[in-house]
Amino acid sequence: MLRRNKFFFPVLIVLLIVMLLCAVAFGAVSIKVSAMFSAIAHYFQGKSPATIYEGVFLQIRLPRVLLCAITGAILSSSGVLMQGLFRNPIVEPGLVGTSAGAAFGASIVFVLAGSMSIGMKEIAGPLLVPLFAFAGGLLATFLVYSLAKSVQKISITSLLLIGIAVNAIGLSGTGFMSYIARDPQARSITFWNLGTFTGATWTQVFITGAVAAIIFSIALRYSKQLNALLLGEEEASYLGVDTEKLKRRIMILNTAMVAVATAFVGVISFMGLIVPHILRLMIGSDNKKLLPASMLLGAILLTLADMAARLLLAPAEIPIGIITSIVGAPVFIILLKKFSILQEKGGFYA
Amino acid sequence: MLSIKNISYSVGKKEIVKNISVDFLPGEFTMILGPNGSGKSTFLKLFSGELKAKEGAICYSDKKIAELKKEELAKVRAVMSQQPELGFPLRVEEVVMMGRYPHFTFNPGKKDENICNEVIMQMKIEELKHRNYLTLSGGEKQRVQFARVLAQIWDMPLRGHRYLFLDEPLTNLDINYQQEFLTIARSLTKTDTVLVAVMHDVNLAVQYADKLIFLKDGEMVSYGNPLDILSEDLIKKVFDVDTRIIQNPVNGLPLMVYDN
Repeated sequence: MLRRNKFFFPVLIVLLIVMLLCAVAFGAVSIKVSAMFSAIAHYFQGKSPATIYEGVFLQIRLPRVLLCAITGAILSSSGVLMQGLFRNPIVEPGLVGTSAGAAFGASIVFVLAGSMSIGMKEIAGPLLVPLFAFAGGLLATFLVYSLAKSVQKISITSLLLIGIAVNAIGLSGTGFMSYIARDPQARSITFWNLGTFTGATWTQVFITGAVAAIIFSIALRYSKQLNALLLGEEEASYLGVDTEKLKRRIMILNTAMVAVATAFVGVISFMGLIVPHILRLMIGSDNKKLLPASMLLGAILLTLADMAARLLLAPAEIPIGIITSIVGAPVFIILLKKFSILQEKGGFYA
Repeated sequence: MLSIKNISYSVGKKEIVKNISVDFLPGEFTMILGPNGSGKSTFLKLFSGELKAKEGAICYSDKKIAELKKEELAKVRAVMSQQPELGFPLRVEEVVMMGRYPHFTFNPGKKDENICNEVIMQMKIEELKHRNYLTLSGGEKQRVQFARVLAQIWDMPLRGHRYLFLDEPLTNLDINYQQEFLTIARSLTKTDTVLVAVMHDVNLAVQYADKLIFLKDGEMVSYGNPLDILSEDLIKKVFDVDTRIIQNPVNGLPLMVYDN
């Protein structure tokens, strides 16, 4: 355990490429690799897709798979950031209100902009939705964090309980928004609560991709300070870290990332829990390695989950949140159980 | 030199540290003694910069602590607190490397790695290097933490002094390691280091300290050379226990024994 392995990252990268290719190829219609290449070639020559396969590949399958991979990367690395921030391995965006708050914020824009005028949503959509999602997510996370902290040390019990309460507010808010919505797409409550990649567009891919890339490169620069925080706030401050500033920044970065993803795909739970947990068992907790590793593994696993969502009951589709929850909830229960047993013994991963 | 002038600190209405003034000189090992709740740890947190004193002034060399940047201070001042816990798995060598964090931006340099190896050898924890910190015993963790704080201030700064503060560093250590630990710590005073430790064991303190501070209820009851100030009356006043001070037959130093 916790060994150095120079093949670890190359293996993850290869796995990700293979997974992306499989995800693009398999689906309601299978797409051959040759069709993928000719579609790309036709696109760059400025021609329209020659076959229906090429069209499906360019307009539907590819943006969906990419959005899915980016979302997986975002949610998993967000788990790493939040767990470092709260110094607790059982925190993730779905549990501390970030996702629910972001979904509520996004649904407000979705529904109200949609009911104002038909054109409004198209104009406002790309920027307003992520912005409102960010505001909602930040508000919810901050609420959970500050309420749980009011008792000097953050206790995991109060954190989870307050998380439940704030999640409930977010979910009922989203529920109400979908209830009064006219737009049939926004009305679908499953979209917000269970997440889906149906209807992924290139705009969404570009927005989430850009946000993820920017924030990830900033977050990586804080990995050293986040490591110091593992020792405790006092120790980190003796190592020269301004802990209050660090916590504020990480919370904002993290929320921005999660909010953008949630705004487009809804709430997908447990990714931020499972992926960092698996990785900590394999490579330890150095955030400098854990952050990029969790992005890669998160992308791989969520792409896999989405493939399962598309293929298991094909041509019908299972909401992806169901798949991640079926796998994630037991992991969460095991973690929680282990946590209460091992808390006194000085560590979770001991 | 670390000079402390008239500092006080209170939580709510309770005064925890009352008007303490003292100078810690480089090359001296100062130990702070006192019963539980006498304000030892709070006093240490005040002069190490973790807590802000309500009144009074703390100066590192000639600079007031408030004027020093946290990152700059961290390059010359290391603190080992009581039993720091790690919630997540890290290898021992990674924990030791954390001591070098104030000295590099993103990736550790060759120098940082050399220093880590040196302190790991010095603390005799080579065989623990690749172990998961969380699986270590209390004493082993303590040695790793000491290696970490040593790594933090290993190289002498170009100007000024190094400062090392230890809060009850011996708690989990076996008796052989206690002696070794204090010997290593003491050897730092040869290189102009300001060294302060909160201690429990009066006899070890007499053996290793150049100066002793006795605290009771947040007040400094006595300060000075152990040979000058240690007395049965002082121990009675501070700890409320009857003792006899006899001569240690081995090294000739005063030895405190219980009078019962």
